[in-house]
Amino acid sequence: MYLQIMEQIKQKVAVGEWAPGEEIPSIRMMSVSLRVSVITVKRAYLELEREGVIFTQHGKGSIIAKDPGLGPRLYDQEFEEHMEQVVRIGTLLGLSEKQMSLRLRETASRLKDAESVDEDLAKENL
Amino acid sequence: MNDLAVEFTGVTKQYKHFSLQNVNLELATGSIMGFVGANGAGKSTTIRILMGLIHQDSGAVKVLGHDMPADQAAAKRDIGFVSEDMRLYGPATVAWHMDFIRSIYPQWDKLYAEDLLRRFDIRKEQRVKGLSHGQRVKAALLLALARRPRLLVLDEPTTGLDPVARREVLAELTAVLADENRTILFSSHNTLDVEQISDQITFIDRGRIIDSANKEIFLDGWRRLRLMLPPNTAIPQLPGIVEVGGSSRLPVLTISHFEPAMVAACQQAGASVQAVDPMTLEEIFVVNVQNRREKAIA
Repeated sequence: MYLQIMEQIKQKVAVGEWAPGEEIPSIRMMSVSLRVSVITVKRAYLELEREGVIFTQHGKGSIIAKDPGLGPRLYDQEFEEHMEQVVRIGTLLGLSEKQMSLRLRETASRLKDAESVDEDLAKENL
Repeated sequence: MNDLAVEFTGVTKQYKHFSLQNVNLELATGSIMGFVGANGAGKSTTIRILMGLIHQDSGAVKVLGHDMPADQAAAKRDIGFVSEDMRLYGPATVAWHMDFIRSIYPQWDKLYAEDLLRRFDIRKEQRVKGLSHGQRVKAALLLALARRPRLLVLDEPTTGLDPVARREVLAELTAVLADENRTILFSSHNTLDVEQISDQITFIDRGRIIDSANKEIFLDGWRRLRLMLPPNTAIPQLPGIVEVGGSSRLPVLTISHFEPAMVAACQQAGASVQAVDPMTLEEIFVVNVQNRREKAIA
């Protein structure tokens, strides 16, 4: 459950709803508005702090870090997760690492082709 | 912040067919404890001892600093209690009940009570016997909440409520905790509710507390490991395996005291770890109770 809260907060920061340096609700306030326990919010805040997304000053509450650096980092994390999935399923299919990287290259070139077709179409329409 | 709203030390209670054995329980002020257990596990007995409604055979019970049952009159000024077998007067209206409670408890918060009436969708002119089950549950909760007691003790507060009413009640309970001096203990079969709003989870089974921990620590301890084993390889020996499911090549281990190092230990034993899945409270509950029953039979 704390992972969901972390995700929500990160998204708010990523889309700019919460700006760097902005104060975020206290743990108790957050717990009331989300209808979840204090301990869950506390956990989410702790993890976010560890990741450098928020910054907590004792007795003063928490603020969004000056440079949460979420954009690239979020995608990087997602990329990593997908890669793990690819390798896991590839292993299940009995593919070797070489076969897997070959498939990756094929996919990349297929997408590139599709893109250039799109571009050509767009040019024609102009 | 560190003082305890509820403290049980070595509490026992013997009945002919059931006994509560050596119950130790600590609930810190400012937190919510979800009390979970199967039917007949001892939840209500524990709560009744806490309320001084029945007396323990031995052991000490302290509630808001008062010894129970000796000092129960003083303790109850600050406790709001709602349980299923508590009845309101059928012929009287909700408003009559509100006036009655207000005449006993000077802390009664009139504005808050009116606000709750609206949010719980109850008309105070209505007689209790004309209310639905859900409305009665909500009316009883309202009567306890509007006193703003320091400790709320709720036996199955969400049982029989529709999803909207349940959401309102859960919202109200978390709102209570915006005040750090207030504490809630509630029992429930609904593991989702417990998982959502409690800070601390206490598991009871067959009259014994099997676990009482900070919810996050508790949930972190339980994991399902999905492994893939090469042919003729034994399942790795890990501490705290509660259940082994799946097939011989693709076993699923349920572990009660998970640590990240276990993944490496599995790989060393020749197994490949396909996934480490967190478990819901519901899954933990079922595994825990089943496992104990099997052991009791064996």
